[in-house]
Amino acid sequence: MAALEEFRSETRAWLEENCPASMREPESEATMIGGGKRQQYDDPNAKLWLDRMAERGWTAPMWPAEYGGGGLSKQEFMVLQDELIRVNARTPISGMGFSMIGPTLLDYGTEEQKREHLPKIISGELRWCQGYSEPNAGSDLASLQTKCEDKGDHFLVNGQKIWTSGAQYADWIFTLVRTEPQAPKHEGISFVLIDMDQPGVTVKPIKLISGNSPFCETFFDDARCEKYNLVGQLNRGWTVGKRLLQHERSSISGLNSGGRRGRYDNIGTLPEVAKQYVGLSQGKIADPVLRNAVTSNVMNQQAFSLTQKRAMEESEEGSTPTFATSLFKYYGSEIGKERLEIQLKAQGTQSLGWEGDMFSDNEKTLTRTWLRSKAGTIAGGSSEVQLNIIAKRVLGLPD
Amino acid sequence: MPLVLNEEQSMLKDAAKDFCTNNTPITQMRKLRDEQSTDGFDRDTWRQMVDLGWAGITIPEDFGGLGFGYMGLGVVMEECGRTLTCSPLLATAVAASAIVHGGSDDQKAGLLPQVAAGELLLALALEETPHHAPYGATASVEGSGDNVKVTGAKKFVLDGHVADKLVVVARSSGAAGDRDGLSLVLVDRDAAGVTVTRTIMADSRNAANIEFASAEGVLIGDAGKGADTLDQVLDTGRILLSAEMLGGLQECFERTIEYLKVREQFGVPIGSFQALKHRAAQMFCEVELSKSVVLEALSALDDASEDSAELASLAKARLNDTYNLVSSEGVQMHGGIGMTDEYEIGFFMKRSRVCEHTFGNSAFHRNRYGELQGY
Ligand SMILES: Cc1cc2nc3c(=O)[nH]c(=O)nc-3n(C[C@H](O)[C@H](O)[C@H](O)COP(=O)(O)OP(=O)(O)OC[C@H]3O[C@@H](n4cnc5c(N)ncnc54)[C@H](O)[C@@H]3O)c2cc1C
Repeated sequence: MAALEEFRSETRAWLEENCPASMREPESEATMIGGGKRQQYDDPNAKLWLDRMAERGWTAPMWPAEYGGGGLSKQEFMVLQDELIRVNARTPISGMGFSMIGPTLLDYGTEEQKREHLPKIISGELRWCQGYSEPNAGSDLASLQTKCEDKGDHFLVNGQKIWTSGAQYADWIFTLVRTEPQAPKHEGISFVLIDMDQPGVTVKPIKLISGNSPFCETFFDDARCEKYNLVGQLNRGWTVGKRLLQHERSSISGLNSGGRRGRYDNIGTLPEVAKQYVGLSQGKIADPVLRNAVTSNVMNQQAFSLTQKRAMEESEEGSTPTFATSLFKYYGSEIGKERLEIQLKAQGTQSLGWEGDMFSDNEKTLTRTWLRSKAGTIAGGSSEVQLNIIAKRVLGLPD
Repeated sequence: MPLVLNEEQSMLKDAAKDFCTNNTPITQMRKLRDEQSTDGFDRDTWRQMVDLGWAGITIPEDFGGLGFGYMGLGVVMEECGRTLTCSPLLATAVAASAIVHGGSDDQKAGLLPQVAAGELLLALALEETPHHAPYGATASVEGSGDNVKVTGAKKFVLDGHVADKLVVVARSSGAAGDRDGLSLVLVDRDAAGVTVTRTIMADSRNAANIEFASAEGVLIGDAGKGADTLDQVLDTGRILLSAEMLGGLQECFERTIEYLKVREQFGVPIGSFQALKHRAAQMFCEVELSKSVVLEALSALDDASEDSAELASLAKARLNDTYNLVSSEGVQMHGGIGMTDEYEIGFFMKRSRVCEHTFGNSAFHRNRYGELQGY
C-alpha cells in the first residue's frame, strides 16, 4: 500500500512536470494520435508528450519493460489512469498496435518478433492495421481466401481485404491468410505480419455514411512476407486470430481502461443535453417519456461500468480477456448506440445538421457520431455474432 | 468499494447455500403452502437459521449481533432467494434497521439483542395504497415519547401476521405526500386496537393488512422527524430484497439454460435454435449487470455511503426488470410444463412480481434516480 502511494505521488509530480499544457485540453477525433510514418503533429507538444510517455513505457503501461513497456502492475496501472485523468491528460497515442497486435504478440509471438515489433509500437514509430475481413468473409471470417504461398525463403501473398480501418495511415498490417486450401476451413489459415511499404500492397479508401473515410480496401499482388513474420504455427493461425479478436473486443468495450474514459465527452452528457434542448418542468426534464429513456440509459451505463470494474477486480492478471469479453462488446456497443438515438430525439431537428452555420460544431459532431456509432455493433464481430459466442462458449448451448 | 467477496463473506455464502439446499429447498415452500401453515414459515427452520447467527448479521456487536454487515446478510439473502426460502429474516432485518438508525440507546439495548437472538420478530407497516409511497402515510399519531396512539390502516405489511412488534409509519402533521411530519412508532402486535388480517398472495409468502384504532405505542426518534430514518430503512429493504431477487433470478436462469440443453424437439435440443440462444445470451448480460449493482449497493450500505440512495434505486429497478424478464422467459422456454404447478419454474415468476411491488417498482425507482441526480 505504501509503495503504491509512493508511486502515486511520484507519478503525480512527473505528470505535473511533463504533461504540456496544451495536452490537458479536451481531446477530439481530430487530436487523436495514431503514430506511424505518416502521422502529422500539428501541435509539436503532441510529439513531445508522446516521446516523454513512450520513454517511460507509459504508452503501453502494462507491457513488460524488457520490450520498452511500462512494466506496471494492475494496481499501478489503475493509479496511473487516475492521475492521468486528474490532470486531464490526453491519450498520447492509441491504435491497433496497442489494443490488438501488441497483446497478441505478447501471447503468441516469438522472442524475435517481440523484440522487433513491440518497441516500435510503444514509441509510435510504426502504425498497424488489421487485415481480417474480405468481401466474402465477414462474420464467417474463417472462409477467407487471401492466398499465401511458401516460396522457400519467403511467403507470397495474393488477394483482397476490405474494411481495413486506417490502412491508408498504416505501415504494417497483421493479416489472416490461407496457407492450406485443401484443409477444413479453420485448419488452413495462418497469421502473418506484412510490411505495407512495398509495391505489392495497395490501399483504396472507402467513404462511410458519416462522410469520413476511415477504412479501405487493401490489395495484395505478389506481396512479400518474410518467414520470421509468421505468428504461431503454419496453418494454426485461427487460434492466434481468435485471441486477437478477444483483445479487440475488450478494447472496443473499454474493458482495458476499467470503464473510466468517457467516449462521448465532445457532445455533452445525455441528461444535460436533454435539459438544454427540451427544458425543465418543475425541475425535471420536461418531456417525461424522454426523461425516462435518458434515465434508463444512464442507469444501464452505470450498471455496465460497475460490471467492467467487477471484471477487472475478478481477473487477477488485470485485463486478460475471457469469453465474457463478448458481453462487454455486445452490451457496450448496444447502449452506446441507444444513447445516441436518445440524444437525437432530445435535440430534435438540431440533431441532424450536416454542414453550415445553422448548426453548432457540437451539433454537427453529434450527427457524425450517431452515424459512426452504428458501426459499433458491426465491427469487431457483430452483436449477433457476440450473442452466438455467449450462447456457445459461456452458456454451453449446443450447435 | 470492492465488487468481490472477501474470504469470510465467501464462506458465509457457501454455508448459506448448503443450508438452503438441504433445509429449505423449494419443496418446503410448497409444503407450507399446501398445508396452509398459519405462520407461513417453519419455526424449527427459523431456529436453525438463528443458531447460524443470521438474525444478528447486521445487528452491531454491542447489541448482541455479529456486526457482519449488509454484504454478509446480502449473500445469505441471495441464497435464500435461490430456494424461495420462507422466513421472517428480511422483514425483521428491515424493521430492525429503524431501531439501529433511529432508536434511542435504551431502545437499542432493549430490543436489538432480542432481534439478534431470534426472539423478537418485527415488521414495517408503511403502505396504505396499492403503490409504494414512502411519504404517503395518512395514518395519524398523537401524543409524544413513550406514550403515543396510532390510528389508521396499513396494507401489505410483510410478515405482519407473525411479527411481535410493528414499526408503523404514521403522521404527526401535514398531509399525504409530505416528507415532513412523518413519525416512526413501535407498536405491539398484540396491543389493544390492533387488528391483523393476513393476506395470501401468489408467491405463497406472507403479508398482512393491519388496522390501528388508537393503538398504544412508543416513538422511534422525534415526532414528525422520521423521514430521514425511513429513507435509510427503505433503502436497506430495497437493497436486501434486490439481493434476494438476485438469487432467485440466477436460479431461474440456470434452470432454464439446463432445460434448453436437455429438451429435444425436431430431433435436436431446443437450445440449438438461434431464436432461443440469442434471448438466453441477452439474459446472461442482464444477469451479470444485476450481480454488479447488488454488490455495489450492499457495500454502499456497509460504508454508509452517500451513494446508497442512488444505488438502492439503481439496484431495485434493474433487479425488478431482470427478475421479470428471466422468470417470464423461464416459463416461455419451458413450454407447457412451465405452466404446471407441479414444476417449480413458475414459482419464480410469482415471487418476482411480488418483489417488484415491494419497496417500489421500476418506474418509481427510475424516477427517483433521476430526481437524485437532478434530471
Ligand atoms: C467501422 C468498421 C471498421 C472495421 N474495421 C475493420 C478492420 O480494421 N479490419 C477488418 O478486417 N475488418 C474490419 N471491419 C469489418 C467487420 O469486422 C465486419 O464488417 C464484420 O465482421 C461483419 O461482416 P460483414 O460486414 O461481412 O457482414 P455479414 O457477415 O455479411 O453480416 C450481415 C448481417 O448478418 C448477420 N449475421 C451473419 N452471420 C450470422 C450468424 N451466424 N447468426 C446471426 N446473424 C448473422 C450479421 O450480424 C449482420 O447483421 C470493420 C467494420 C466496420 C463497420
